[in-house]
Amino acid sequence: MSESTLTRNTVQANQPPSPLREFWSYFRTNKGALVGLWFIVAIMVVACLAELVAPHSPFEQFRNALLQPPVWQEGGSWEFILGTDDVGRDILTRLIYGARLSLMIGCSVVVLSLSVGIVLGLLAAYFRGVVEVAIMRLVDIMLALPSLLLAIAIVAILGPSLLNSSLAIAIVSLPHYVRLTRAAALAEISRDYVTSARVVGAGPLRLMFITLLPNCLPPLIVQATLGFSSAVLDMAALGFLGLGAQPPTPEWGSMLADALQFVQRAWWVVTFPGLMILLTVLAFNLMGDGLRDALDPKLKH
Amino acid sequence: MLQFIFRRLLLVVPTFIGITLLTFFLIRLIPGDPIELLAGERGVDPARHAMLMAQMGLDQPILVQYMHYIADVLRGNLGTSISTREPVLHEFLTLFPATVELSLCATLFAIIIGLPAGILAAVKRGSVFDHSVMTISLTGYSMPIFWWALLLMLVFSVNLGWTPVSGRIDVTYWVDDVTGFMLIDSLLSDDKGAFISTLSHLILPSIVLGTIPLAVIARMTRSSMLEVLGEDYIRTARAKGLAPKRVIFIHALRNALIPVITVIGLQVGTLLAGAILTETIFAWPGVGKWLIEAIHRRDYPVVQGGILIVATLIILVNLLVDILYGVVNPRIRHNK
Repeated sequence: MSESTLTRNTVQANQPPSPLREFWSYFRTNKGALVGLWFIVAIMVVACLAELVAPHSPFEQFRNALLQPPVWQEGGSWEFILGTDDVGRDILTRLIYGARLSLMIGCSVVVLSLSVGIVLGLLAAYFRGVVEVAIMRLVDIMLALPSLLLAIAIVAILGPSLLNSSLAIAIVSLPHYVRLTRAAALAEISRDYVTSARVVGAGPLRLMFITLLPNCLPPLIVQATLGFSSAVLDMAALGFLGLGAQPPTPEWGSMLADALQFVQRAWWVVTFPGLMILLTVLAFNLMGDGLRDALDPKLKH
Repeated sequence: MLQFIFRRLLLVVPTFIGITLLTFFLIRLIPGDPIELLAGERGVDPARHAMLMAQMGLDQPILVQYMHYIADVLRGNLGTSISTREPVLHEFLTLFPATVELSLCATLFAIIIGLPAGILAAVKRGSVFDHSVMTISLTGYSMPIFWWALLLMLVFSVNLGWTPVSGRIDVTYWVDDVTGFMLIDSLLSDDKGAFISTLSHLILPSIVLGTIPLAVIARMTRSSMLEVLGEDYIRTARAKGLAPKRVIFIHALRNALIPVITVIGLQVGTLLAGAILTETIFAWPGVGKWLIEAIHRRDYPVVQGGILIVATLIILVNLLVDILYGVVNPRIRHNK
């Protein structure tokens, strides 16, 4: 019996590790990336279970508990662990619902800009010529403007709202995906496996999305993670400027803006929303760095 | 060399045309037309509406309108603000020095701290110092600067009372506007108090605006230094017995600085975008605050003109960085 276990073990050891396992073993060595990952998982769980986890409703105003400090400070109570804002809403509850909002926006922004960016990038790389020049020029123009400024300009035209600002952020983050996809696809397109697929008779659509795309994914995954962090950050900035989510939506940036005039009297109304923005953005950046190290073959060896 | 500069200049033209297209069409995406906008809620009767449209050339084909727009832009006519009736370019030019002053101080702050931190982190690779520099700079890079501004304000202005809360100078001082740069103007005014007041007003906004560039510079310096320190000629320099300081500062740093300078140049965009947030919070009378107020007032000529100027500035600075890079590094110049 012991003999058979032995042979099985050696067989396993000889097999190359699956790509996922290999990736994980690299990713695991980066402690910062792991911390980021766990933080994101935790915040996602809390955001999904907001109704169960949050102690109150995000809109309920407790008239007898205006600007109540957090529990550990004099005057605080366990009912409002992180205190209340100027109209008596529970800050912890609003932060939890805000997490849901931020993650949802981050997710939809990344999905939208990633998919459009991939299509444009692949088109540019596959068809070259006029198509490529047109797409890349557009991208260059968009890159000439700082993303926040361009987003502000778009929101200024479309009108301030949650939907419009998400759309603006998605448009603004498009250029990076287009550039990355095009660069990766250009590197792949002259490889033998693409030529052989073409010879066998694969059409342009199949070549682009089934043959080329999977091999262009690693840099895109990294960029998507980093895109998530900048989406959260830009959204908060727009919310803070009054161009994003409108009150009483529990969005982190607009929570900060609403509380501005109470800064001197109640430090907690501005401290916690900002801390959540910072930690979430930091977590995504940490994870992005870890992903880059784990997915970049140049750094592996 | 001239050929290189010329080629780069030529590349700027289509980008500039693209930017004008962008600002031209953005403004036409607004529901309603400029006349209704000017009239506001009072409304305007159809005959007068048609007359005004013709007067402003808005009844002509869109291509003709664009040509007029381009001609105006090239003549420096960017329209007049709806709320102040001042030419947009004039308003921009009066406010711009304040933004430049703030951005320069922020960059200075970022370089003074970021560069040495990055160098030291690379030299002491893997040490506690290295790890803390990397952690702090990633935190700085992830910082929502509007919140950072509030925190600093809360601690240093409200609680400690070390720095003023907002504005450029204390209201009790009056400084003649000579250069538009308050630091220079207050120095020229021979009033020591005015200069100190200006300086103290600059500290917090500069730190806030400089935070992200600081993080970027520290990270870039570190990775660039690490790359250079692994080169053969560094080993040679060490092997022939040069003092470690000489190797680091004379041999390595010179070459490591090239990408760092590029990155500093590319921060102009970050600075101008950050200025919108920083100026809003610190009530700094600059271009960023002006733009955001125009958006809230729906003053579209200002928004349109402001974005066009800012974008053009960024393109020009990027061009300058590009050319300088070619000057410093012959490999780039001869490559394309």
